[in-house]
Amino acid sequence: MKEITYREACHDAVRSALLADERVFLIGEDIGSYGGCYAVSRGMLSEFGPQRIRDAPLSESAFVGAAIGAAMAGMRPIVELMTVNFSLLALDQIVNNAATLLHMSGGQINVPLVIRMATGAGRQLAAQHSHSWEGWYAHIPGLKIVTPATVDDARWMLQAALADPDPVLIFEHVTLYNEKGALNESLTAVPLPGAAIRRPGNDLSIITYGACVNKALRAATELAEKFSCEVIDLRSLRPLDDATMLASVRKTSRALIVDEGWKSGGISAEISARLMEQAFYALDAPVARVCGAEVPIPYPKHLEDAAIPQVAAIKKAAETLVGSHE
Amino acid sequence: MTAAAQPTEASGRKTALYLLRDMLLCRRFEEKCAEEYSAGRIRGFLHLYIGEEAVAVGAMRALAEGDAVFATYRDHAHALLRGVSAGAIMAEMFGKREGCSHGRGGSMHLFSREHKFFGGNAIVAGALPLAVGYALATKLKNRRDVTACFFGEGAIAEGEFHESLNLAALWQLPVLFICENNLYAMGTVLDRSESQIDLCAKASSYRIKSTCVDGMDVMAVVNAATEAVQHIRETGAPAFIECQTYRFRAHSMFDPELYRDPEEVKRWKLRDPIPGFLSKSVAAGQLLTTDLELLEKEVAVIVQEAVAFAERGTLEPVEDLLRHVYSELEIRQSVGGVK
Repeated sequence: MKEITYREACHDAVRSALLADERVFLIGEDIGSYGGCYAVSRGMLSEFGPQRIRDAPLSESAFVGAAIGAAMAGMRPIVELMTVNFSLLALDQIVNNAATLLHMSGGQINVPLVIRMATGAGRQLAAQHSHSWEGWYAHIPGLKIVTPATVDDARWMLQAALADPDPVLIFEHVTLYNEKGALNESLTAVPLPGAAIRRPGNDLSIITYGACVNKALRAATELAEKFSCEVIDLRSLRPLDDATMLASVRKTSRALIVDEGWKSGGISAEISARLMEQAFYALDAPVARVCGAEVPIPYPKHLEDAAIPQVAAIKKAAETLVGSHE
Repeated sequence: MTAAAQPTEASGRKTALYLLRDMLLCRRFEEKCAEEYSAGRIRGFLHLYIGEEAVAVGAMRALAEGDAVFATYRDHAHALLRGVSAGAIMAEMFGKREGCSHGRGGSMHLFSREHKFFGGNAIVAGALPLAVGYALATKLKNRRDVTACFFGEGAIAEGEFHESLNLAALWQLPVLFICENNLYAMGTVLDRSESQIDLCAKASSYRIKSTCVDGMDVMAVVNAATEAVQHIRETGAPAFIECQTYRFRAHSMFDPELYRDPEEVKRWKLRDPIPGFLSKSVAAGQLLTTDLELLEKEVAVIVQEAVAFAERGTLEPVEDLLRHVYSELEIRQSVGGVK
C-alpha cells in the first residue's frame, strides 16, 4: 500500500490507459501545454504527443461530439471536460447522441466513450462554477454515472469505464484532488456499479457518494460513542445499487441520504423513493436528507459552507433520526 | 466525334443510367412513403426529400465503400443510396424489427453499421461533431477514408456548425461537409435567419475549400463532390459543398406550408432534377427517352417489394422494451476493453 493523492490516482489511471491501448486518447481543454485545469494530465503531452493528448478549443459540443464520433469508429476516447459546469454546453451531444445512438440504431452503434469531469462546490468559485450535475445525468438511460470517492476508485474505475462498451461519465469532486489515501496496488480494475460499505454500523445507514463520503465518515466517527452509523458510498449513481442500500436499511431501520446536489428533484429524492418502495416496512423513521440548500452557490466562505452538507449538519440529522424512535 | 471519345460516351451512358435510376428510386420510394403515411402505416415525423434527390445522388457517387456517411432526419434517400435495402428502410418506418434500426428509430433514425451509414440524426447540426470525430478516428488509424456529413442550411445557424468546421480545419480532418440548402429551415427562409447568406463565405472563413453548386443538376453535384473527395483524399483536409436545392413537399407531414408562395414552389418544380437530367442526357445522346419507362418499371418493383417486406415484418414483443439501452452481452464480449 502506498499513499498517493486523488489527483495522482487520476493521473496514473489515464496514463496507464494510454500506455495499455493505442485506441485511447485524451481530448479536452487545456489538457496539453497547460497540463490540465486540475493538473491531472501534466506531463502527458511530452510523453504521448499532440495526437493522443489533444488540446481542444472552447467548443464543448464539438469536441464531446467528436469523441462520440471517434468512439463510434472504434477508438476509446477519454474526454476531460474541465468542469461539470461546462458540460452543459455539450449536453445535447451527451443526451441526444451518446445516450441514444445504441437504442436508435437498434443495438448496432455502441459508444464506448469515457467523460471525466470535475464536479461540486467548496472552493469559493460561486454560482456558475460549483454545480453538482451528476444526479441530473443519472436521470438518463443509456449513460453510466460513477463518482469515485477514494484513491482506489480514482485509480481503477477508469480502467473499468474504458472496458465498458457504453458511455461512462466519471465525476471527480474538486475538493478531493488533494486528498491522500492508501492505494491498493494489487487491483487492476474495480467493478463500475456496486456500492461500497465504507464503515459498517447498526443504528443508521448514511447513504452518500463523492466528497460527502469523507464528511459522513467523520460524522460517524464523532457519533461512534452514541450509536453506530453504516456509511455507504454509492460509487455509481446509474445504475444505483439497490441491493446494498436495502440490505443496510433492513439492518439499521433508518436511512439518512447526504447529497451535495439540490434536494428538489435530486438523486436523493430517487434514493428515498426506492427505499420507500422496497423497504417501507423495515423503516423505524422517515428517510431523512441532508442536501445542498436551494440556492445558487454563493461566493463567501461562510455562505458556501452553509449551502452544502457539512459534518455538523450530518451529525445533527443523524442524531434526530436515531433519537426519534429510541 | 472522334474515335477516342467512344469509350467516354459508353461510360457516360452507364453513369447517366445509374444517376437517373437512383433519383427515380428515391422519388418513387418516398412517394410511396407519403401514401403509407396517409394510410396510417407510417407515423411520427416523415420528412420527404422529394425535389432534392440530385444532391444525395450526386454526392454519393463520389464516395467509396469505405467512406462513412452521416445524415439528418431527412435521410431516406441517403440510406437507400448507401445501399441499405428499400425493404429494411420501409420496415423501419413501419416500426418492424426487420427494419434497418430494428424498428427503434423510425424515419428519422435510419442506421446501418454494415453500410457505414450512421444516421439519421434529428437534432439540427447534431451529427456534424460526430462526423468530425469519425474522421479524426480514421486519421488516427492512418486511413484515407472520407467521412461525408449532410445537413441543411438551417444547421448553419447552430453553434455546432461553426465549432465543427473549425475543428475539422484546425486538425485537418477528412470530412466532406455537404450543405443541402433548400432555402427553408422548416418555415424560415434563409435571409430571415442569416446575416450572411453566402454560405461558402462562412465555410471559407475557416480555411475550408468551399464550392457552391446547382443542387438541381445532378452532374454538377457529381463533379463538385468528386473534386472535393479527391481534394480530401489527397490532402487529408476537409471540404465544403453548398448545393442549392428546393424541397417540393412540405417540411414534414404536419406542415401546412403557410410560409411560402405556391408560385415559388411551381417555379422550382420547373427545375425538377429528374426530367431536367433526362432531357439533357437525351440531348447529349447518353440516354434514350425509352430508358425512363424501363427504369420506372425496375424501381416500381423495388418499391413494391419493400412494402411487401415491411408488411411481412414482425413487431418486437413488448417484453423486449428495455433492450438496446446498454450493450448486450455479445457486444460487451466482442468489443473488449483496455488490454
